[in-house]
Amino acid sequence: MNILKIAHCRKQFDGKEVLSDISLTVDEGQVVSIIGPSGSGKSTLLRCATLLETMDGGALRYLGKSAVRDENGRAVYASHAELKEIRTCFGLVFQNFNLFPHYSVLKNITEAPMLIQKRNKAEVYETARDLLKKMGLADREDAYPYQLSGGQQQRVSIARALAMKPKMLFFDEPTSALDPELTGEILKVIRDLAAEHMTMVIVTHEMAFARDVSDHVLFMDGGVIVEQGNPEDIINNPSQERTIQFLSRFN
Amino acid sequence: MTLTAMIAKMSEGLGRTCAIFFLTLLFSLPLGLLVALMRMSKNKVLSSVTSACISVLRGTPLMLQLIAVAYGPFYLFGYTLLVKEKLLAIIIAFSLNYAAYFAEIYRGGIESMPVGQYEAAHVLGYSKHQTFMRIIMPQVVKRILPSVTNEVITLVKDTSLAFTLAYMEMFSIGKQIANSQSSFLPFVIAGVFYYVMNMIVAFVMSRCEKALSYYR
Ligand SMILES: Nc1ncnc2c1ncn2[C@@H]1O[C@H](COP(=O)(O)OP(=O)(O)O)[C@@H](O)[C@H]1O
Ligand SMILES: [Mg+2]
Repeated sequence: MNILKIAHCRKQFDGKEVLSDISLTVDEGQVVSIIGPSGSGKSTLLRCATLLETMDGGALRYLGKSAVRDENGRAVYASHAELKEIRTCFGLVFQNFNLFPHYSVLKNITEAPMLIQKRNKAEVYETARDLLKKMGLADREDAYPYQLSGGQQQRVSIARALAMKPKMLFFDEPTSALDPELTGEILKVIRDLAAEHMTMVIVTHEMAFARDVSDHVLFMDGGVIVEQGNPEDIINNPSQERTIQFLSRFN
Repeated sequence: MTLTAMIAKMSEGLGRTCAIFFLTLLFSLPLGLLVALMRMSKNKVLSSVTSACISVLRGTPLMLQLIAVAYGPFYLFGYTLLVKEKLLAIIIAFSLNYAAYFAEIYRGGIESMPVGQYEAAHVLGYSKHQTFMRIIMPQVVKRILPSVTNEVITLVKDTSLAFTLAYMEMFSIGKQIANSQSSFLPFVIAGVFYYVMNMIVAFVMSRCEKALSYYR
């Protein structure tokens, strides 16, 4: 069963086409990496998929439920209530964490499950503490975000997303705001999630990581998917000129 | 008249001074937020009308606004304000004026919030209302506290403008004594009163800032 299905997604900003005819299917347990130069539309694609941005045309489905359907090339969104329901299917991890600075680590993780999902407090706290332990932050639950390193904040934000028990997670350059020596700890967390068969779509500039962790890699440039396929092929033996050019900058 | 007699007489007006102060805060702080939201509304008509009102309220003297509220009804409908309605007129004028200033402070605070806070809440499923009340507003309050303190300190001093309507608060009583006794002393006493009140305001506000300093 596929978790996410994007079909023929189109998006313009001020008349400039940023995404043209992007289609992407993500199956349960699959890890998809998106690579490509800056400005190629990777974030916009993730923002359309997570309903932060409205697409102009195309369709979007989660678990077979339609969030956006295409009507004669125009995107038509589902009702407010349906979108609210669909939003529980996924989580998003931002480049710059976007933790709530006025909440402790624990409250950052527990508020949404209790407030939005109306889950039982004891269960949510247990889930949150388990996640913190997994993230190596068991002793930091009372800390405030400003007291944590960037890597720790990003791990909290991953825990916050996971506490909602999403069917899949999106990552938009999760290590780009971190000092180089801190990227490893985040990549390890994502590797662990992949090992547990978490369904993920990851925008990243870490090529070796993308090759090792993903089942499928997309290379985007200028709002289109230039090349996609198995990670070894795309990253080690790209066939398209633009992909070759882009990857040569990383070696 | 002795110094202590003057102080005692002027103290009788302190209750009214405090009434203007607290009632103005009570009404203008929430009203200011409402005005700020109207000012930021996507509805162009609403936001321009609100913006124009704010501009007039901030661009004309509070003393004129007091006179307008107190004597406007007479010129418009031939209605003369009763003595017991003076406080009402003062509170209306003060609350509107201060709401205009607070609205701009709220707006600055709200607009300074990074868009990522809204987006994180949105993806987690927070409604617009929940995002505003739980995520945005608490952080806005912390950000705007220093500017609010400035306005509150100005409000303490502005209560003296009630003398325009001969409302017998502390300053008006002092002015009366100064006239009848040909003495400058009541003004010195008034100055000390305002200064002490503002020391208290500064103390309370710094306590509030401390209470919110648990995060950055
Ligand atoms: N809110 C916006 N308004 C206007 N243009 C935008 C906006 N967001 C992104 N863009 C433009 O869309 C293009 C793709 O941006 P983005 O999706 O952020 O690329 P990437 O994440 O691959 O670096 C860029 O040219 C960018 O300038
Ligand atoms: Mg980006």
